[in-house]
Amino acid sequence: MEPNQIRRAWAICKKDIRIYYSAHPVIVHGILFPFFLFFAFFIRRNLSMEFILPGLVGMTLFFTSTAIVSIIPSWETRSKTLERLVSSPVLISTIVIGDILAAFLFGVVVSLVPISIGILGGISIHHPLIAALGILISALCFSCLGALLSASPTDIPANVMTISTLIKFPLIFVSGVFIPLKDLPLWGKILASFSPLTYFVDLLRFSIKVDYYYSVGFDFLALFIFALIFYILAVRLHVRAMPNRI
Amino acid sequence: MSEDIVIQASDLTKFYGKVAAVDHIKFEVKKGEIFGFLGPNGAGKTTTIRMLTGITKPSFGNVRIMEFDIEKQTLKAKQIMGIVPEVSNPYIDLSAWSNMMFQGELYGLPNDKSKEIAAELLENFELYERRKDLVKFFSKGMKQRLILCMALLSQPQILFLDEPTSGLDVQSATIIREKLRQINKEGVTIFLTTHNMEEANLLCDRIAIINKGKIAAVDTPEKLKLMTERLQKVVVAFSQPINPESLNSLPNVDKIEKLGDKIQLHTTAPGKVIFDIVDYAREKHLDMVSLNVVVPTLEDVFIKLTEDKEKSGHGA
Ligand SMILES: Nc1ncnc2c1ncn2[C@@H]1O[C@H](COP(=O)(O)OP(=O)(O)O)[C@@H](O)[C@H]1O
Ligand SMILES: [Mg+2]
Repeated sequence: MEPNQIRRAWAICKKDIRIYYSAHPVIVHGILFPFFLFFAFFIRRNLSMEFILPGLVGMTLFFTSTAIVSIIPSWETRSKTLERLVSSPVLISTIVIGDILAAFLFGVVVSLVPISIGILGGISIHHPLIAALGILISALCFSCLGALLSASPTDIPANVMTISTLIKFPLIFVSGVFIPLKDLPLWGKILASFSPLTYFVDLLRFSIKVDYYYSVGFDFLALFIFALIFYILAVRLHVRAMPNRI
Repeated sequence: MSEDIVIQASDLTKFYGKVAAVDHIKFEVKKGEIFGFLGPNGAGKTTTIRMLTGITKPSFGNVRIMEFDIEKQTLKAKQIMGIVPEVSNPYIDLSAWSNMMFQGELYGLPNDKSKEIAAELLENFELYERRKDLVKFFSKGMKQRLILCMALLSQPQILFLDEPTSGLDVQSATIIREKLRQINKEGVTIFLTTHNMEEANLLCDRIAIINKGKIAAVDTPEKLKLMTERLQKVVVAFSQPINPESLNSLPNVDKIEKLGDKIQLHTTAPGKVIFDIVDYAREKHLDMVSLNVVVPTLEDVFIKLTEDKEKSGHGA
């Protein structure tokens, strides 16, 4: 991509940050939802902080990154700002990248909250660099998934939220968030391998040396491949959806 | 393509399913012109403007913007255009100023230049004092002026506007028209669409009349006005039947038709004909039930143009 398109993607990202970070579907689905869901599952069980933390960080990042990017296109369609954006000299992939970037930053920043909770709770992170890189690539991967989920040409943000929740829930339940991968039966492991969240939680478990399963390299590779597939599909579907949006 | 042609559409066509929303149209816009696309709702104006600006892909045909082919060099062509879509809002959660700065970034303007031009434009459009306010507090007219400022920020050579005054109050519409004339004087070529004949006459150097995806005529407002005048009618009904031929002696009447109990008088001077009819009624001691002037609609003009075209086609 040309350098001037990258600068324009950055401009789109800044616009997204200013407008959509405070949008209430983002707050509800991206921040409150994962925390409530998580505590609903874990609060009364006698589980160690070491077990809980990777799942909490994983779900937070997963929800926040996907939430913001999935409302933007429908929101712009509804508020009639999209046609002007598309009229300007930017590619549709530039718009998608700008939205992904905004979601990426949002996810990374919000995931610092549960991490800080964990560190204050006395968890020691043995491989901070791997945890940090894992957060970055996973935030990217989940943002690309959000971009893909937002490609239906509707102008109702709530519809996109519903569709994406329907797809996100199974991805959470099959991943190793609630049960460590090593304790899953074979069919469970196979199912888990289809969820990008699996690899992120595995990376986090590796970095605190608890219950990890795959090798670090494999986790990174899987997240990278998922990100690439999500991105390519997202751009294709957005290009196809655009005539129906304007 | 000759130097002074800035928009060239050849055989431009768009199908939605089996329906041709735009049907093999062909026209050229010259540098420095205000070119109007006049047509009723559903005529294909928006579809055309979207194809010209690279937003919609034509089913068939081709568009050149200056030296660029819109489909192959879309970004380069877009870079020299300013676009005001038919339905479009600024970002209401941002200030007018932030909207302008974002626009500048989308067109790759250097920051300083963006600020300088934005200040000048907002000043000129009487929005500068309100530049820090969120757009959600703006009136419709102010929003439309802001959108125009945004479209002008990159100093485009060609400005496209899709029904720029529709839905605005009279005062806002007048301001927008004045500004468009001013922008045009400064050298910007303007392509606009409208369903308002009056507006097309007021603004445009040349007008294309479009209906059902086809162009009926491209001409100057003066010529189209002459033709419109020929389509004016005075319609009168008397309380007792009269022989329409007895009105033949009236001056300024081109043709008389009887429609039920009404008599239609075709004329280019309805004001004069009304006086003559009143005099006639007084003289013959007739009561008038109704007396109306019927101004042609766009549809009438279009039908007449199409008829003329077919006649000249048969003659040839
Ligand atoms: N996206 C679309 N899908 C199907 N039909 C469309 C679409 N856009 C426009 N049309 C049809 O094409 C014709 C021309 O529409 P349009 O260009 O919007 O007209 P105008 O702008 O002159 O009112 C109309 O009959 C309209 O219903
Ligand atoms: Mg239209």
